[in-house]
Amino acid sequence: MSFVRRVKQNGIGWLLPALVIVGWEVASRAGVMPANVLPAPSAVAEAFWRLTLSGELIENIGVSTLRALAGFAIGGSIGFALGLANGLSALSRGLTDTTLQMIRNIPHLALIPLVILWFGIDEEAKLFLVALGVFFPIYVNTLLGIQSVDPQLVEMGRVYGMDRRALFFQVILPGALPAIFVGLRYALGIMWLTLIVAETISASSGLGYMAMQAREFLLIDVVVLSILIYALLGKLADSFARLLERLSLGWHPAFQNA
Amino acid sequence: MSSLTVVRSFVAEPSPRPTVDSPRAFAFQGVEKRFGDKIVLGGIDLEVPVGQFIAVIGKSGCGKSTLLRLLAGLDRPTGGSLTFGAGADGAGQENRTRFMFQEPRLLPWASVVKNVEVGLTGLASGAEARRRALDILGQVGLADRADEWPSVLSGGQKQRVALARALIGQPQILALDEPLGALDALTRIEMQQLLERIWLDQKFTAVLVTHDVAEAVALADRVVVIDAGRIALDIDVPVARPRRRGSVELARLEGRILDQLFG
Repeated sequence: MSFVRRVKQNGIGWLLPALVIVGWEVASRAGVMPANVLPAPSAVAEAFWRLTLSGELIENIGVSTLRALAGFAIGGSIGFALGLANGLSALSRGLTDTTLQMIRNIPHLALIPLVILWFGIDEEAKLFLVALGVFFPIYVNTLLGIQSVDPQLVEMGRVYGMDRRALFFQVILPGALPAIFVGLRYALGIMWLTLIVAETISASSGLGYMAMQAREFLLIDVVVLSILIYALLGKLADSFARLLERLSLGWHPAFQNA
Repeated sequence: MSSLTVVRSFVAEPSPRPTVDSPRAFAFQGVEKRFGDKIVLGGIDLEVPVGQFIAVIGKSGCGKSTLLRLLAGLDRPTGGSLTFGAGADGAGQENRTRFMFQEPRLLPWASVVKNVEVGLTGLASGAEARRRALDILGQVGLADRADEWPSVLSGGQKQRVALARALIGQPQILALDEPLGALDALTRIEMQQLLERIWLDQKFTAVLVTHDVAEAVALADRVVVIDAGRIALDIDVPVARPRRRGSVELARLEGRILDQLFG
């Protein structure tokens, strides 16, 4: 697909958000929307500029991003490894799956009080919650992906003399990849959600902290700005996952025209 | 495996077909296979000379696919013995049996040429594997599709890729489990002709399981009918090649086999 067409297709998705912002600005200027309920987009943009100049915004985004990625790396890799192990080995699955399914049904944010008691409000608390949050979507989908690999292809690989290593890299992993990507995208959403909640409740830096501080001082423009940044960061993470998906699933009929 | 030679071209002159005096490709001796209490195959004796094209026919559930799976080492017999080659060095030759499934079973995430290279697992890799894969893709008429995904190919083309994958390792025995069963009638005849041509050229032993009697008599030197886990009929097809589909001779043989199946 040509670049121009791609821009057009992606561009249309931004039309609605842009219209909402224009309508919102108009409503604010007309006085329909009081500034102490929802400040005008221009006021939010001003806040954005102010915080960018002071370096506060960049610093908080940086801190939050680092936390998010670190937690994601920890929880994601454990989930991926356990998903692989349980998909490939009946013994491993028998041993751990029941336990994991029980833990999965506890909302991980319900652990916040416990986590604060364990780790205080230090970095570990946030990392732990994010890691726990992203663990399950990655684990469940990796396991599902491996279990849904076509057994006929596995048999074909065996008949053609593939050893376990070749079978894994040529048949099982690529077969499981579409499901793993579903898990990845889901996990990225949970990653931001968890982090923001955790930072809102207990932190001394980061986006969630910035929003809470702003609430204390009634800086409603900064609160709205934080919320908009969450939306953008979430979209960014999702776009990144989709790019990876497109690059590695080129064989999949669903991606051949995308 | 250094003795593997470049695939021969199609213009090689037809060689005299093997007879019973040819060396043995494989032999079933009193082979039995049971799953629990159910006897799927009971006392199969079958000796096949090198280079023979043998068709195995039977109704659904008669045990013909099981026979093929035993031959390919996908299952182990529960009784009797299965030997390859002259007998003494049997075990070593087993891995030169290639299996062609009813479905193409191509890896959807690998290009056509990479799928063919799967047939060289443990035999060759890298540039050498690619060169040989392209070579054999040319023989099945798909050289220009080498770098495409399997999902864009038609059913017949997929099965041709699967055939190339099975042949690239230059198997001594090619086991075919109704590989043409899912194709439309015209594509099917085309594939039969391709298969015959390559078999004439490469001189491997072919074992074709099918439930299409016309296909069996058109392609095979010998037809074996399996009924209720036993060999019910074992006849030669002494018709010169190239064979004309629908000829009187083939029709007569076809009638005899159908009588055996439904008589």
